[in-house]
Order: sequence, then C-alpha cells, then structure tokens
Amino acid sequence: MSKDGLTGSEIVLRALVDQGVDTIFGYPGGAVLPIYDALFQQNSIKHVLVRQEGGAVHAAEGYARSTGKVGVVLVTSGPGATNAVTGLTDALMDSVPVVCLTGQVPTHLIGNDAFQEADTTGITRPCTKHNYLVKKMEDLPGVMHEAFHVARSGRPGPVVVDLPKDILQGIGAYQGPEKFSQTKYQPQIKGDLSQIEKAVDAIAKAKRPIFYCGGGVVNAGPRASQLLTEFVRLTGYPCTLTLMGLGAYPASDRQFLGMLGMHGTYEANLAMYNCDVMINIGARFDDRVTGKLDEFSPNSTKIHVDIDPSSINKNVSVDIPIIGDAGHVLEDMIKIWKARQCRPDKDALKDWWSTIEDWRGKNCLAYEPGAKVIKPQQALERLGAAIKGREDVFITTEVGQHQMWAAQFLPFDKPNHWMTSGGLGTMGYGLPAAMGVQVAHPDALVIDVAGEASILMNIQEMSTLAQYRLPVKVFILNNEYMGMVRQWQELLHGGRYSESYMESLPDFVKLAESFHAVGLRATKPDELDDVIGEMLEVDRPVIADIMVDKAENCFPMIPSGAAHNEMLLGPDDQVEKPISEEGMVLV
Amino acid sequence: MTAPVAEERHTISVLVDNEPGVLARVIGLFSGRGYNIESLTVAEVDRGSSLSRITVVTTGTPMVIVQIKAQLSRLVPVRQVNDLTEENPHHIETELALVKIVASGEQRVEALRIADIFNARVDDTTLQSFVFRVAGTSETVDRFIDLMRALGETDIARTGVVAIARGADRT
Ligand SMILES: Cc1cc2nc3c(=O)[nH]c(=O)nc-3n(C[C@H](O)[C@H](O)[C@H](O)COP(=O)(O)OP(=O)(O)OC[C@H]3O[C@@H](n4cnc5c(N)ncnc54)[C@H](O)[C@@H]3O)c2cc1C
Ligand SMILES: Cc1ncc(C[n+]2csc(CCOP(=O)(O)OP(=O)(O)O)c2C)c(N)n1
Ligand SMILES: [Mg+2]
Repeated sequence: MSKDGLTGSEIVLRALVDQGVDTIFGYPGGAVLPIYDALFQQNSIKHVLVRQEGGAVHAAEGYARSTGKVGVVLVTSGPGATNAVTGLTDALMDSVPVVCLTGQVPTHLIGNDAFQEADTTGITRPCTKHNYLVKKMEDLPGVMHEAFHVARSGRPGPVVVDLPKDILQGIGAYQGPEKFSQTKYQPQIKGDLSQIEKAVDAIAKAKRPIFYCGGGVVNAGPRASQLLTEFVRLTGYPCTLTLMGLGAYPASDRQFLGMLGMHGTYEANLAMYNCDVMINIGARFDDRVTGKLDEFSPNSTKIHVDIDPSSINKNVSVDIPIIGDAGHVLEDMIKIWKARQCRPDKDALKDWWSTIEDWRGKNCLAYEPGAKVIKPQQALERLGAAIKGREDVFITTEVGQHQMWAAQFLPFDKPNHWMTSGGLGTMGYGLPAAMGVQVAHPDALVIDVAGEASILMNIQEMSTLAQYRLPVKVFILNNEYMGMVRQWQELLHGGRYSESYMESLPDFVKLAESFHAVGLRATKPDELDDVIGEMLEVDRPVIADIMVDKAENCFPMIPSGAAHNEMLLGPDDQVEKPISEEGMVLV
Repeated sequence: MTAPVAEERHTISVLVDNEPGVLARVIGLFSGRGYNIESLTVAEVDRGSSLSRITVVTTGTPMVIVQIKAQLSRLVPVRQVNDLTEENPHHIETELALVKIVASGEQRVEALRIADIFNARVDDTTLQSFVFRVAGTSETVDRFIDLMRALGETDIARTGVVAIARGADRT
C-alpha cells in the first residue's frame, strides 16, 4: 500500500472483500498482472486457477447458483476476455449473478489495436446485463460496488468491469459500499397488491389449476421455494417445474407432476394444455416449454409473476401480470389466501386430479432396462438410488440427452442443488460448473452428469480439479454419439447421421488417470452398481465412463413446432403429422 | 389462422444517463432483437447536465411495442421511458431538414415559391442552387422533399424526429 492511497488493484480487491467475496476464478495475463500481484500479497481472497477462461465463468456460475452469492471471474484482456464470452452469455440466459473483471490495455492505447486489445465492452454489451469500462481512477470504487449491485438485484445476470492497466497501477482513494447504497438501479420487488388479490381470486375459483414455476423461484432464494411449497400444499393443486426450476418444489411430493416442456412428462404437459388457471411464478414461457404458441394452453386464465417486466407478455399474453420478486409475491398470496379463508373447489379438484392420475398412469418415463446393454435411464436410476437420502448432493450436467434424462430421473427436492445450462444449452458447462460448486461446498458430493461429446469441450478443467483436490465425479453416459443431434436426425432428417458420431474418442479411464483422477468403466448392467459405489467411495476426482445404448432416444418428446397434446411417448409412437415447415426451421 | 396483427408507429422518448456506450446499448437492443428504427435522435438535454434524451420512432405490433418499452427500461443507464404516442397522443413532433436543390430557370422560381408555402428558410444561395431549411412533422418534410426532387437534383440531410409531450407535465 502506498502512502497516498491505494493502487487500483488494491482498490479492486478491497471492493471484492467488502462485497463479501472470498473466492474468484481466473487466469492471468499481462493486463491483469497488477491484480495478480496484489492477490499474491493478501490472504482474504482465494484464487482458483482454471485452465481456460471459459471454465472460469462456468465455475463462477456453479458457485453462484449453489450459494446464492455473486460468482466472480478475473481474466486478462483480449483473448482472456473473448474466451469468457460464452460463459457470460450462458449466465445472461439463465439469470446467474456473475461479476467478470477483465484486464484492458492502458487508457491511452485504447483504440490503437494495441497488443491483446479487444473492444471488450463492445463485444460483451449484448451478452451482459451491464458492463463498464473504467477510465478514471475516481470512478473505480463506485463502479466496483455498482457492478455487484446490478449483478445480484432484480433479475440477476453477468456484469463485466473492464479495467485498463494504468487504472490498476494508478493511485486513488477507496470508498466502501455504504457510500453507494442509493444507486439508481432499483428494480421493483413488491408486487402490486390489487393484482395479487385478483390472482388469488382466480386461483381460488379454479377448477383445473396448475402451478408452472421456474428458475425465478430459485433466483428469489431458498425462502421463496419454501413459500411456494407452502402455497402449493395449501391449495392442493398440481405443480410442474421447468428445467431451470427443478428443486423449487420437492420432486418426491405427490403434487409434483415432473418437468414440463419438450422432454417433460405426459401429465405435466397435458395438465398445462387442459388447465383453466395457470399460475406461472418465475418462468419465462420459453419455446422449449410452450411448443406451438397458437395452441399453448388455449383455454386458461394466465397469471404471471416475474421480476422482469420484459418477461411478461413477451411470448404469451397473460391475463394477470404481477411484477415483483417471487418470494415477496408468494408471501402476499399466502397472506391473502389465508385472510380470505379461501377454499379450493373440492369436487372440481378431485375430478382434475383423477384425470391427472390417468395421465400419470401412462408412466411416460418407462423404458426397457437392458440385460446386456446399459440403458442411460437405468444408469441414472441406479445413481439416483445410490445417492438417495443424502442431503449434500449437487448435480450439474452438460448438454444433450443425458441432461434431459438427468432432469427426468434424478430427484431434486431442494433448490440450488441442480445446475444446468438451460437457455444457451452450452456443452462444456457441467464440468467447470461442478468445480465451482465443489469449491463452495468442499465436503459435498458433486456429480457432473455428462455426455462423451460435451465433456471434451472443457476437459482441461480436470487439471484444476487435481490441483485444488476437488473430488468432483464425472458420470459420462457414453453413447458414442452426439445423442441429441442423432435423435433429431433420426426423427427429422431421415436418419442421415451427418457428423454426429464420435470417433476416435479418448480412453476416458486413461484420460482420468493422466489427470491424476480415478478412471472407472461400466459396460454391462451388472457392473453399474459397483462402479457407482466406487465412484462415490473415493475421495478424489473420478471419471466414470458408462457405456450405454447408442440408439436410445429421449422421450417423451414434443417435436418442434408441435403442441403439448401432440407428444411422442416412445419409439413406437411415430410422428403422426409430418413435421411442418414451420416446425423444421425451429431449433 | 388468426389474422396478422397490424403494426403501429410509436414515438418513444427515452431519458438516459449521459455515459459512454449508452447510445450503442439502445441501438444494439433494436438491432439485436430485430425491432425497427424509423428514426432516432439523441442529444444532451442541456449542457453540463448528466442526462440525454433519445427519441426513437419505431413500428411494431402492440405486443412488440410493449416489449420494446420493457427492454429499454431494463437497460441500467435508462432513467425513464415515455411512449408519447400512447401517453400523449397530441404530443409535438418535429423534424428539421436541410434540402439542397440544383435547378435553374422556371424550376428555380418554383422551388422558391414552394419553399415559401412550407415556411422553409433559404440558408444558402448560388446561381445554380439553394439550401432550404424546413421543419415540421415527418410527413411535411417528406412532402417538401418530394416536391423539390421533382424540380431538380437534390441533396438531403434530415435530423430525425424530436418529440415532447404537450402541457405542463414534464417527462
Ligand atoms: C437440450 C435442451 C432441452 C431442453 N428441454 C427443456 C424442457 O423439456 N423443459 C424445460 O422446461 N426446459 C427445457 N430446456 C431449458 C429451456 O431452454 C429454458 O432454459 C428453460 O425452460 C427456462 O426456464 P424458466 O422458464 O424457469 O426460466 P429462467 O431462464 O430460469 O428464467 C427465470 C425467469 O424468472 C424471472 N426471475 C428471476 N428472478 C426472479 C425473482 N427473484 N422473482 C421472480 N421472477 C424472477 C426472470 O426474469 C425470468 O423471466 C431445455 C434446454 C436444453 C439445452
Ligand atoms: C457448444 C455447443 N455446440 C453445439 C451444441 C449442439 N448440441 C446440442 S446437444 C449436442 C450433442 C451432445 O452430445 P453428448 O455430450 O455426447 O450428449 P448426448 O446427447 O449424447 O447425451 C450438440 C452437438 C451445443 N449445445 N453446444
Ligand atoms: Mg453422447
């Protein structure tokens, strides 16, 4: 510390500490060397050295989603910043609070195509909630505090702070967060009471109601999930969750219908189609959920609670919009429900549940367990059985069929224990995210359910696991295919498997060993339990290579452009109508 | 099939913090999400003040217009968004254009006559040309330009629309 103040780097670190940061994920380079120097001389902040900047952002996402805190990333200018772009976009799509500090060339060189210069604020403008380029020393403390405020307030998201090297090396004065408490960014938290009353009215009068809830409930903190559970039980109504919402309502509960949407359950999707009142809390009517918009839940009164006004009436027009935080609104809903002594319509509800039970009776997730070949579903069911009853299990995934099967077959009873890339669908998310989770919860069991294609996208982070002794378990459902791509090609492109097979795969057992981890393999169903047992037993990083049926498809499936009541339940259920041209252009 | 919903034209006034990148944010929002921009103007509201006003004229279905306003409001440096078309249907909207016309003889006389009708001012004259300054609604400016084009070679510079609500209420 110099006599006249602090260096920019010291100010950055002071601000991090004052914002409650104890861990950052990063990778050094010329432009951020001053920060690394300051890091070297302190003990309050732990730095986790990743192996690629993309990994740092996903790790911060895993850290953030599993703790509710802001995840922090530190990368250098130019390639460091551009490598972070995928992770930032991922965090934006899934509303994850992340602050990413990027180095920048000194202010007087900006615009000169200096070495490792990139227009970081320009590149990241559309993939961040907000970003800053600090050009004046005196702005630094304020920008740092505001960045955290913006990242975590309202609808959370990623924020970039671009830090020119001369600012990091300059001398300035630090100011604490209390100086900046009155920032201009103040999203609405409390919902409008008259709207909430209207909603409760509609909820009480419903004959075929459904709660459709999502990631917003998880974003609102664990108490919002408790309130949701309380309200759903109070009403006795069915509840379905999006991929991002899993855990916001206990999966083991009878009132839970499973996930909805493209690969959701028959009962959840038909209940959505046939309901008369839909109570959407913190879900954004994503196209993976709604299917064909014109035929989405055609006869229901729709209530939508969301903290972001731009999520409301974006894809689906709703009847009762409520802008506010899921937790606060649920609290008010419960209060009003109790004060008015609302009672659900018992007879109607009984009929509704009996219809739903018929749908449930279809047992849409059923599959034929293999005798010789492991079915991916079977592998996950065995894994689910092995971790049953454990409180401290966190699951992350990569992207593809395995991700959908994990969502369908693993039970999530608590929020913040399930991290997956939903909105962007980023292959390579799961391993670094698991790493971030494990850093935040050193004693927990953290499993990345992976595909053999996805895992190769950020496999370098195995080295980070070894360095920090993070005993993450990578559970690969190895079908030697980009299974999800192969499935679409089978169903929509006449079985022409263009470039979707995985050839020349590494030997994952040896790969694990070369990364100082334990490698295991199961090729037959009767080896599954032993491999899973050993994986959970060892206190080291593990790659378990589970060789599964290569041809298995993920069902149920609503083909793109189809409606909720046009679901395919299994391989025998052929696409009835040919997929429309409109459907074919959809992703 | 449901009938296609008609597009509407809206003038939206956006008060923003005067900070670097704010215009890029607004423009990027429109291009990134595929919204239309018919015209966009921006300037500080007064010298030394920390606010600028961006006036955007856009078209879209009612649902898209609502989205545009919600998306604009979501930007951190945006302080206030006013849909003048909706909130203040008789708001004042004006545009300024500098219109250069190269013409001679009878065309030249006619150009002056029309300029007079439109209250356009002559900002520059040579023996071959005029530069007119015309102000009014976009339709007025359009009509003036069309008439000038019929009389000779033209060069046009337009400001785009600026707008403000009528009455004592401040936005
Ligand atoms: C291969 C693949 C297949 C998929 N299939 C499915 C599928 O079958 N089913 C499915 O559901 N998804 C599926 N997805 C995921 C899908 O793409 C979307 O990511 C997901 O449906 C969105 O979840 P959500 O609606 O809960 O919204 P999120 O993306 O979690 O957004 C949260 C919403 O809540 C709001 N919010 C945030 N904080 C708060 C708060 N405090 N209070 C209130 N509101 C708040 C936000 O403004 C936002 O509108 C799939 C993804 C992939 C990659
Ligand atoms: C970075 C990235 N590139 C491409 C895709 C498109 N994609 C979606 S799923 C998938 C295949 C995933 O294969 P694998 O990891 O083996 O999982 P599986 O579907 O076989 O379970 C691909 C290529 C993507 N989601 N992300
Ligand atoms: Mg695969």
